[in-house]
Amino acid sequence: MTRYPDPKQVGGDFYSRNFAKNARPDTLILNLGPQHPSTHGVLRVLLELDGEYILRAEPVFGYLHRMHEKMGETKAWGQFMPNMGRVDYGHPLSWNWAYCGAVEKLAGIEVPERAEVIRVITHEMNRLTSHLLWWGAYILDLGAFTPIMYAFDDREHLLDLLQRPTASRLTYSYFRFGGVSKDLDEKFVEGTKAFIARFRQRLPMYKDLVTDNIILRKRVEDIGIIDQDMVTRYGATGPVARGAGLAYDLRVSEPFGVYDRFDFKVPTQTTCCSMGRYLVRMEEMEQSCRIIEQALEQLPGAEGPHLVKGAPKPQAKMPAGEAYFAVEGGRGKVGVYVVSDGSKIPYRVKLRAPGFSNLSCFAEACQGMLLADAVAVLGSLDLIIPEIDR
Amino acid sequence: MSAVKDIFQSVKDLWSLFVGLRVTGKYFMQPTLTVHYPRETVDEDVEQTYGGHVELVPKPKNPLKPKCIGCMMCVTNCPSGCLTVVKAKAPKPTPEEEQAMKEAEARGEKVKKPKAPKEPAKFMYDYSLCSLCGTCIENCPVGSLRYSNNIYFVGTSRKEFKLDLLQRLQRQAENTAKAAPEASEPEQAAETAKSEA
Repeated sequence: MTRYPDPKQVGGDFYSRNFAKNARPDTLILNLGPQHPSTHGVLRVLLELDGEYILRAEPVFGYLHRMHEKMGETKAWGQFMPNMGRVDYGHPLSWNWAYCGAVEKLAGIEVPERAEVIRVITHEMNRLTSHLLWWGAYILDLGAFTPIMYAFDDREHLLDLLQRPTASRLTYSYFRFGGVSKDLDEKFVEGTKAFIARFRQRLPMYKDLVTDNIILRKRVEDIGIIDQDMVTRYGATGPVARGAGLAYDLRVSEPFGVYDRFDFKVPTQTTCCSMGRYLVRMEEMEQSCRIIEQALEQLPGAEGPHLVKGAPKPQAKMPAGEAYFAVEGGRGKVGVYVVSDGSKIPYRVKLRAPGFSNLSCFAEACQGMLLADAVAVLGSLDLIIPEIDR
Repeated sequence: MSAVKDIFQSVKDLWSLFVGLRVTGKYFMQPTLTVHYPRETVDEDVEQTYGGHVELVPKPKNPLKPKCIGCMMCVTNCPSGCLTVVKAKAPKPTPEEEQAMKEAEARGEKVKKPKAPKEPAKFMYDYSLCSLCGTCIENCPVGSLRYSNNIYFVGTSRKEFKLDLLQRLQRQAENTAKAAPEASEPEQAAETAKSEA
């Protein structure tokens, strides 16, 4: 039986030809992406379909590769900072923190208490924007248009607040070695308090409108099973791991900054399905609100300036050595590993993106699944393609 | 028993659709939240805190001149190399002065050569390369740079994003002088220049 279309005749690139080698002769090979709107950027997934069922899948990425790690080897330590805001547009402050933390660990720079509290506040607010963006876009992928409008209404309030200290609205470059670039002002604090009060009223509305909706539940429940075994095998972190019942959150398990001071819960779900991951993120938004509230209370009592005295200049030399620092981003464990040879330019910067490991689960999770469900599973992983490709 | 449960569940599921409709209906009745850009503008507060492209800060006493001393800290620290600063050269001495200097040198005296003024002759900025990280702003020793709040800056070609910041500063100062002739005090003019986009 000859395959139609015969890959030898049609051509295709290396990936599709290689993928077709192991394909059954009576199946169809389909490219999902790289221009498919539900892949949020330029992710391409090769699928082998038997009718409407997926037999095999293989993510192909690298379409958005910008050589961030290589760029780190050509710029001075401080000059690499703006890159960190651009690795992941969803939650850039976690990357800011991971890189700053790694360099601070390497050079033994102390961070003032006030700067640590400011970091927690802005980091958690950024997590809210990240989850709101995901929530709106995920529901949009599933075919509901209205929720993204409500999500962006709230997100816009957060961006207006965050632009006060950071002077950016999306790709922040706010953290510095030994603190943050600008202190929080009174209006920011007042605005954030008002926002939390407003957001607390909005969350039940989100629940009524989307979470409890029978159409959504029927669409996402019991699909894309990623259990604890898979999570540990692929190294998935963040809401994907917590959706599988693994209470792994770096804010609690390896507290960085001053996260050990705050009282919050690590939400977990044991269903392992897309709905589980959805519910984890919804619960995380509430927990983020709790952390921000507590941090705002601690802010006036936190001592020190927003930036340590004698903070290194962008062109400063760092002592030779190596350091690794990981923070809990919106998508999971964000890690940065830096190696210094004592010069003003890093010897090596390695970025550990959570999305990469989370996407790796997809190929196994979607075997035997309907094609339409694959989109719902991809969305539930909360993929940010720039972060995966780096 | 389970049949009753199923029926109850179905009713609950169906009801969730009406709950959703009630939410969207409620918000449908509320005023529009989005800003219809060309017809409306964003809140003043948002515009004032917006971090647009980099601009020069005028001297408090002379709004035509920037605070810049031409130390090139911004240029060396910029990660993307979007700034080009040319230092001002020393004024060329007149023939008579040159003659006097030569004579003094011949006599074996120490000659005071004219020093270059500490100001930039040229301050070019390529917004298309800038990543708005604020490194130049933080590393300026005299605080001569800041984010503008030019939120509606658009262009149709790359050329339009190559800005001459000295010219821009002068244009701003002139606009301010025109807009507020009663603000004769230079310090006041500098204050208002800040609010000018």
